[in-house]
Amino acid sequence: MKILVPIKRVVDPYAKVKPLGDGSGIDTGGMQFAINPFDEIAVEEAVRLREKDPAVEITVVSIGAGECEEQLRKALAMGADKALLVETSEVYDSPSVAAELAALALELSPDLILMGKQATDDDCNQVGQMLAARLDWPQATFASKVEIVPGGLRVTRETDTGEETFELPLPAVVTADLRLNEPRYIALPGIIKARSKPLDRRPPLTEPRLRTKTVAYSAPPARAAGRKVASVDELVAALRERGAL
Amino acid sequence: MSKLLLIAFEPIDAESGAPFAQRLGLPFAILFVTGSAVTDLGAASCLEAGLAEVPPADGIAKGLASIAGGFTHIAAVSSMRSKDVLARLAGLLDAAMVTDVIAVNSPTSFNRPIIAGAVIATVEVLASPVVLTVRPAGFGQPLRGGASIVSPISMDVASKVTVSGKTARGGSRPDLTQAKIIISGGRPLKDAETFERVMGGFADQVGGAVGATRAAVDSGIAPNELQVGQTGKIVAPDLYIAAGISGSTQHMAGIKDSKIIVAINKDPDAPIFEFADYGLVADLFDAVPAIQAKLKE
Ligand SMILES: Cc1cc2nc3c(=O)[nH]c(=O)nc-3n(C[C@H](O)[C@H](O)[C@H](O)COP(=O)(O)OP(=O)(O)OC[C@H]3O[C@@H](n4cnc5c(N)ncnc54)[C@H](O)[C@@H]3O)c2cc1C
Ligand SMILES: Nc1ncnc2c1ncn2[C@@H]1O[C@H](COP(=O)(O)O)[C@@H](O)[C@H]1O
Repeated sequence: MKILVPIKRVVDPYAKVKPLGDGSGIDTGGMQFAINPFDEIAVEEAVRLREKDPAVEITVVSIGAGECEEQLRKALAMGADKALLVETSEVYDSPSVAAELAALALELSPDLILMGKQATDDDCNQVGQMLAARLDWPQATFASKVEIVPGGLRVTRETDTGEETFELPLPAVVTADLRLNEPRYIALPGIIKARSKPLDRRPPLTEPRLRTKTVAYSAPPARAAGRKVASVDELVAALRERGAL
Repeated sequence: MSKLLLIAFEPIDAESGAPFAQRLGLPFAILFVTGSAVTDLGAASCLEAGLAEVPPADGIAKGLASIAGGFTHIAAVSSMRSKDVLARLAGLLDAAMVTDVIAVNSPTSFNRPIIAGAVIATVEVLASPVVLTVRPAGFGQPLRGGASIVSPISMDVASKVTVSGKTARGGSRPDLTQAKIIISGGRPLKDAETFERVMGGFADQVGGAVGATRAAVDSGIAPNELQVGQTGKIVAPDLYIAAGISGSTQHMAGIKDSKIIVAINKDPDAPIFEFADYGLVADLFDAVPAIQAKLKE
């Protein structure tokens, strides 16, 4: 079984990010970058599936600038077999990422595309579903459990009101939610050791065609400063005065 | 001519989404996937699909695509379901998409939060149609009146997926995204029983909903559908009481639209005090029962 895991390089999800003063972008000066946390969960899940079934082959792919190599190397160190860097300096929106991934899927014919539900930089939550639509494959988003079963996959997914279980034929697209697993920790020596694994750089198969464009970045309105109350009595009195309780 | 299709997976979604539709200012139709049409929301027409429940995304998105022709805008209120289905619909229609719209600048320009709400992006739409998911908090209440014409429609919603299990832990408490009061707890609530007794008991006394942090959900203290934040529910109650919650960026991203935020935390330096309208430095296991007792007086 072939698993393709698309991963995105994102600004450190724990960093305090601000817009640039002129609103033209985001100030990431001096910040660390990481694999999008949901994609790291997807890589971990692929590796766990391989631990149960050695016939599983895992390819990770990232679309972006040369620096994405750092995140692909980390995914290789986690246990992926090979990495593809679709190297481009152009801006991609979600439909363009989905189109490129769909073209790659036709070339590589994976049985399963396992990816993050959302990138923590753009918070779009779009690419997996758009990709599944383009390929006409079934999808299971917000996965919290994935099992390979005869005839396909069994996926437990989180919903607005609880959980549900899907039986899906392959090929399929699955997007990972937080509770799917906790990714293993990889120390630096592990990343260096994975240097012998193949990482191919290649140009994109498709041209990005932007359907949306972000034209300005601004700071959210600040909440008015609050105050500390000294006691439960003072708190309840304040809330009653505002008609909140 | 520009026209909006507002998709209501349940009738309540039409009421939550109507203020956005009215603000957008284009003529609109509402498609009720399940349930009966609500006809006084100013829609030019209402369509009833009459499904008993919403099928898996591949099926329902295909059905929606078959009736989306002629609409320049297709929108639904933001939820896990709408993100699942509408992003697939956008893929089928080769459409533009904007997730989590919080403000309308024009029919082709929208604001949305990115990076856990740290930044607001202004997004220009360059293609038609555009698919939108919308956070209702910024759009107020719908203007009501009139009576839209209702027509039944049928769609092919066949899916490749079999749903083999479903748990909906509804219960009697209000829905988080609709609640006026939310009592929310974090990691120190210890276990599911303690969480339910302390937070659930308080919520029931004030007629509120219960929320939780990711830390609480991950450690099994609270069920997943109660997670509030960047990757959970976005809430906008009149009163949000956060007990034993540190105030991570990811959690705060989900509660910024609350009218009043109260923080109860035993650490006077907890980041949540920077956002709270009222902060009480106290052990929640003392403070919560004390508040409940005071309210009974
Ligand atoms: C990609 C990603 C997405 C995420 N999405 C979300 C999300 O959607 N929602 C979310 O909530 N988190 C999310 N997180 C996690 C987030 O970063 C924090 O880890 C989490 O919110 C912390 O939860 P907490 O406040 O319960 O726990 P902690 O940070 O451990 O805080 C517990 C607090 O309780 C206080 N305390 C302890 N005992 C008591 C007591 N007896 N009485 C009063 N106070 C007490 C402590 O002083 C502390 O401030 C996400 C993280 C990542 C990386
Ligand atoms: N540039 C990219 N390269 C590879 N995968 C990506 C890229 N952008 C998004 N993805 C994948 O799409 C998922 C959802 O992203 P988004 O729709 O942007 O929130 C991510 O978790 C990744 O798995």
